[in-house]
Amino acid sequence: MNRQSIMNWVASIGSRVLSMFASLGRMALFVLSLVPAIPYSFYRVELLVKQVYVAGVLSLPIILTAGLFVGMVLTLQGYNVLVDYNSEEAVGTMTALSLLRELGPVVTALLFAGRAGSALTAEIGLMRSTEQISALEMMAVDPLKFIFAPRFTAAFITLPMLTLLFIAMAILGGYLVAVGWLGVDEGSFWSQMQASVDWREDVINGVIKSIAFAALIAIIALYQGFDAIPTSEGVSNATTRTVVHSSLGVLGLDFILTTMMFS
Amino acid sequence: MKRQLKVEIWVGAFVLMTLVSLAVIALQVSNFNSWKAQSSYQVSALFDNIGGLKVRAPIKISGVVVGRVSDISVDQRTYKARVTMDIFSEYNDLPIDSSGSILTSGLLGDQYVGLVIGGDEEVLKSGDQLDLTQSAIVLEDLIGQFLVKFSGDSSK
Repeated sequence: MNRQSIMNWVASIGSRVLSMFASLGRMALFVLSLVPAIPYSFYRVELLVKQVYVAGVLSLPIILTAGLFVGMVLTLQGYNVLVDYNSEEAVGTMTALSLLRELGPVVTALLFAGRAGSALTAEIGLMRSTEQISALEMMAVDPLKFIFAPRFTAAFITLPMLTLLFIAMAILGGYLVAVGWLGVDEGSFWSQMQASVDWREDVINGVIKSIAFAALIAIIALYQGFDAIPTSEGVSNATTRTVVHSSLGVLGLDFILTTMMFS
Repeated sequence: MKRQLKVEIWVGAFVLMTLVSLAVIALQVSNFNSWKAQSSYQVSALFDNIGGLKVRAPIKISGVVVGRVSDISVDQRTYKARVTMDIFSEYNDLPIDSSGSILTSGLLGDQYVGLVIGGDEEVLKSGDQLDLTQSAIVLEDLIGQFLVKFSGDSSK
């Protein structure tokens, strides 16, 4: 009796691991079939523009607001520490470096996963549950080229753009708090920042990070939608999985990229 | 058709905003300005110890940046540190007996090469070497000397 329940427990672990590997395998196959379809997103530019609008322009309010407040809070906290050492001008450097290297790409990617990634999964999952994808296949329209490729490309190009906007907005917020409110000298605020922020080391590496995050989030979101069980519960589970997996993936990938870039 | 146009206008505005923020980050925040190819000539110097000097550290005369460190290596013959410096071409009238020393900006700041101007008529040219150099002050050595002196005193 007891032995039976232990065996069941071991079997449940086994089946979970097996289904995880099967899901990873399906994801790899999905990516392999998606990659050759990506160039087609540039043949139908109006589809791509529509997706850039949905993923990028509609994410602007949350990205810009979050950026402004993240920059303001960072500057405020940094100022409180640095003012003890009489080096409060360095607060601009601290804000800019932490934003460009880490916070900008990561926070934007997390927000993007919640705002646009979940919407992608829900949309594609619902398309599957209402059999729109099968209908396209029936009409000999390749859903990979028509639905998945433009969405992937749009996410791929909008996340780095949103990251740049987030960083610019956060630095503006930091400037407002430091110079406008706390009375840090404006000239040394900018000149210290320029002296220690390197164009290639910091700015370009941050953009490379956000490109990597964009690919990760787009693949996870599209795959979860594609692989969702076509019921309302299945779609809702897939949407949750998109947000959880891509957030954790972004944080893990960020650590790997940081050790490669800045160590 | 109307709706498609609205979408396109918004996407266009989005792209423009991104370009503006990229320009702000490049010009106002980072050192993109100083990346423009500035013509320079190369001078080298041998130091006993360069401390924490790094490539791209500034070269200063009286606190004004006149160049950047372009390369740091160990000299094959003397086993001293060879620091190669790019000095901007506009400062092409430095006397040949100028000396270089490795200084620190502030108590804990970054290290840079300070040039002290000599009095010779002849000027530095590309490929020349500074003969008079002063090494970086290594704080650990200083503390070590202080401790040795201190213990010597107390044993007396």
